[in-house]
Amino acid sequence: MYIDDTIAAIATPPGIGGVGIIRVSGKDSFPIVNSLFKSAGTVPLMDRQNRTIQYGTIVDPATNKTIDEVLVLLMKGPHSYTAEDVVEIQCHGGIVPVRQILKLLVNHDVRMAEAGEFTKRAFMNGRIDLTQAEAIIDIIEAKTEDSLSLAVSQLDGTVSSFVKDVREQLIAMIAHLEVTIDYPEEDIEDVTSQEVRDQLQPILKAMDDLLSTANTGRLIRDGITTVIVGRPNAGKSSLMNALLRENRAIVTDIPGTTRDSIEEYMTVEGISLRLIDTAGIRDTQDTVEALGVERARDYINKADIVLCVIDGSTPLTPEEIEILTSVSGLNTIVLLNKSDMAQVVTDENIKEHGTFTAIERISAKEGEGSAVLSKWVQELVYGGRVKQDNSAMISNVRHISLMEQAKAQVEQALSSIDMGMPVDFVATDLRSAWELLGDITGDTIRESMIDELFSRFCLGK
Amino acid sequence: MYTVDNYDVIVIGGGHAGCEAALAAARMGHRTLMATISLDNIALMPCNPAVGGPGKSHLVYELDALGGQMGINADATAIQMRMLNMGKGPAVHSLRCQSDKIKYQHLMKQTIENTENLNVKQIMVTELKVEDGKVTGIVTELGEFYGAKAVVLCTGTYLKGKILIGDIDYVGGPNGQRVAEHFSQSLLDNGIELMRFKTGTPARVDKRTLNLENMEVQEGDTHHHSFSFMDEWINRNEDVCWLTYTNKETHEIITSNIHRAPMYSGKIEGVGPRYCPSIEDKVVRFADKERHQLFVEPEGTGTNEMYVQGMSTSLPMDVQYAFLRTIPGLENVEIMRPAYAIEYDCLNPTQLTPALQVKHIEGLYSAGQANGTSGYEEAAAQGLMAGINAALWLEGKEPFILVRSEAYIGVLIDDLVTKGTNEPYRMMTSRSEYRLLLRQDNADMRLTEKGRVIGLVKDDRWAKFTAKKAAIEEAMDMLRNTPVNPSKETQALLESLGTAPIRTGIHAYDLVKRNELSYAIVADAFGLKRYTPDVEEAVDISITYEGYIKKQMDQVDKVRKLEEKILPKEWDYTQIKGISLEAQQKLNKIRPHSIGQASRISGVSPADVSVLLIQLEQYNRSK
Repeated sequence: MYIDDTIAAIATPPGIGGVGIIRVSGKDSFPIVNSLFKSAGTVPLMDRQNRTIQYGTIVDPATNKTIDEVLVLLMKGPHSYTAEDVVEIQCHGGIVPVRQILKLLVNHDVRMAEAGEFTKRAFMNGRIDLTQAEAIIDIIEAKTEDSLSLAVSQLDGTVSSFVKDVREQLIAMIAHLEVTIDYPEEDIEDVTSQEVRDQLQPILKAMDDLLSTANTGRLIRDGITTVIVGRPNAGKSSLMNALLRENRAIVTDIPGTTRDSIEEYMTVEGISLRLIDTAGIRDTQDTVEALGVERARDYINKADIVLCVIDGSTPLTPEEIEILTSVSGLNTIVLLNKSDMAQVVTDENIKEHGTFTAIERISAKEGEGSAVLSKWVQELVYGGRVKQDNSAMISNVRHISLMEQAKAQVEQALSSIDMGMPVDFVATDLRSAWELLGDITGDTIRESMIDELFSRFCLGK
Repeated sequence: MYTVDNYDVIVIGGGHAGCEAALAAARMGHRTLMATISLDNIALMPCNPAVGGPGKSHLVYELDALGGQMGINADATAIQMRMLNMGKGPAVHSLRCQSDKIKYQHLMKQTIENTENLNVKQIMVTELKVEDGKVTGIVTELGEFYGAKAVVLCTGTYLKGKILIGDIDYVGGPNGQRVAEHFSQSLLDNGIELMRFKTGTPARVDKRTLNLENMEVQEGDTHHHSFSFMDEWINRNEDVCWLTYTNKETHEIITSNIHRAPMYSGKIEGVGPRYCPSIEDKVVRFADKERHQLFVEPEGTGTNEMYVQGMSTSLPMDVQYAFLRTIPGLENVEIMRPAYAIEYDCLNPTQLTPALQVKHIEGLYSAGQANGTSGYEEAAAQGLMAGINAALWLEGKEPFILVRSEAYIGVLIDDLVTKGTNEPYRMMTSRSEYRLLLRQDNADMRLTEKGRVIGLVKDDRWAKFTAKKAAIEEAMDMLRNTPVNPSKETQALLESLGTAPIRTGIHAYDLVKRNELSYAIVADAFGLKRYTPDVEEAVDISITYEGYIKKQMDQVDKVRKLEEKILPKEWDYTQIKGISLEAQQKLNKIRPHSIGQASRISGVSPADVSVLLIQLEQYNRSK
């Protein structure tokens, strides 16, 4: 809980829009944005004229990669909304640039603002009069708890068990280091730097693996629920495979964890999809093939988008007709599959059984389907027929950033070991890593470390 | 009732907390009475004959910097000193001394007796007098009344103390002393919530009956050490300790008699500490451990009593003899004083403000084991703070509160009053989140100026401190302004020092930064001025570990504002809109001093803290 650090938030609604705006407020807002901003002029933002708009690009200093072309608005305190130094970054609309810039900021010592925090600061700094205090409290009351618990609840199960596992390993190491510090004369073997090193290497590797996939995907279960339905052998699995081959951007397998086999995650043009293959339902349950419709009904009810796969090469079966009826009137894209074979089913045959968003012909076997999906997902989302929520994206940036910071602490610990720094410093780094990971899963009780000391080691007077 | 006298401050208890509290109040110019059950047991060390160790030594250094007595007293009566954790980082270097217990007591008693404004009397206090929520004095068992504007409770383990050895138990304090049997009731009558804690101590044995050749000798350091900034660094190695181990046979005897230990028979109701379990606890909980280590330590130079560290127990005497005699070196041991467990009443510390004042009784303060802690050092540190705060309150001044980033004393008190404790609380370095900043070596730099403002840092200490501070600044400046160029001579010099050559011109500062170099080495090589070892150590640490230190200082900066937001005393949190019900109840119970403290109460969420900030701002603006 800090009150005068530098914070950022996305000020524009998610999804479509010509411009995306990120606001940064706090004493270091100018130097931090300056370190990420490139323009023709060489004068740093701090020294440029207040209340002006500056044109340039946001560049990741680590990779020198340009993130987006931007306009930057400079507003020095106290003449700003929060009465602090505020920088507003205007970038291209859509989720990708906004997310990348926010993430970059967070990796440079900017904290993601809590709900209502900009307004809170405005009040604390005397910009808002007393009559509005109540309203601010209402905002905080309603949202702050939600946003944090939401972030934790959105965490992918595999990620949260990975984090818990890493924390468990870290705490065991920390406890051992701490106990040798606080009880130097007890009969407990000192931990050697080499041992800590050997234990940290695989942890670092696993964090790295997780992050490298996370950077294209997410650490959380979110996205527009997209359900694939169809009778057996219509080509659902081929479609799933085809989609994933091109768009696979999900958390990879983490040792020791299992994954729900019927759900996959992918992004299409920056839009996150949670893809559910109802064929998988049957695979996971050891039963004879039953009607797909019944099994899939729950999922259909919750679906934002339905992909209905029909075999175009054979006449409609009664089962297919039942499926079509059940998905009529929804955001349903009918995919007439097996376009590489002679087509028997016509568009009219389909339309007889309901109203659908689109009817397309694909050959999933040939790897088609991705372009069609991409086209219609954008159409539905940007056309406003499917709502996209940015809370998940925000949580995601938060989690990834915490994971990256934790990883940096582990790296710092390793480099301190290499430099021959004493164990106290190594323990300090590991404690930071442990606390940062705890912020991801919402476990941040300090006392538990002391408990750990006493439960693992025999100490006495 | 006969009124004997009226004092500004009465300190109840003459242990480590009581001594510091009484000295602080008297030295700050207030007429003070120290009431002790026995004048022969002032500053008694009822458990180990040692001061310091990780976390604890930090407390002693801090107390010394503020003008407390324990460091000076421990230095003067030490018979062995060891700096622990030398290889583990400067922040966890921890001095531990073996003390001559009798000398320690005598010296402290002398100091107390000869302090201006301070009277010490053998008095059994039976009653606390409170009128209109304000303390007015105490009543003794002889029916005397002593008036007081402020009272500091430093009752240690004496409130309804009960000794347990096997199936024997009797009312009593440490070393066969009388206990305060009635005072607990008076505290309860005044609305004070008490807890019952338990602790224990091992046997003292006769040195003449030890087979020293069967144990490993443990010598003190040959370096010079001291707790106190005012002490000269002299070598105090008058005696040694001995190291030995338990074995299978020892454990078998304990296991087969475990039903006779009061802890296991259910005789003990008090909660004992996890960090210094009795030997029976250790054997049961860590059954697969084949041996436990123990130290045999001298209780002083003028006695044959030896303290058997690590063997605290409440098993009956026959079992104590049996298991001790299985241990190498102790084959023929004679016990001079038995090991025992002790139960006692103490205050729930969440009733206290961070100034250690009992919230609902003006002028009443509490410190030490009475607040649920364990250890001489923890007690002394609180005693000093309670004494200072009682005095400041009499003077109508703001309380003296150290925050967590300033001192272990701050960590100790904040933990106690914010979270409470469900076992005797012991300080450890791992309790501090800013450990790298709270070092022994910089305790003087952190706190002497504060002690000066309070008035406990006298001119001699102040002069010595300002000289050291100036020397450190001078040395740092010199290093920053001494250029080192990559000339042939320099490179050769660097090679002879076993360090890498330089590529471009740098400053001497950058050389000290290298792990393999230190101020002394660089100064000698480049003909710079040399300083005393403490100054050079301070320079080395602040340069070598600059990066880490800066990181923690940044963290401190981020939370500082929250500590500075002081909450109104009169707030009824159940009337504060927008915070959770749980937070309302917790806040009303703890009544935090600042938003920072509020944020550390379990059950108070970040959202609650945000609301408090808004409410406080609103309150301050409409005032």
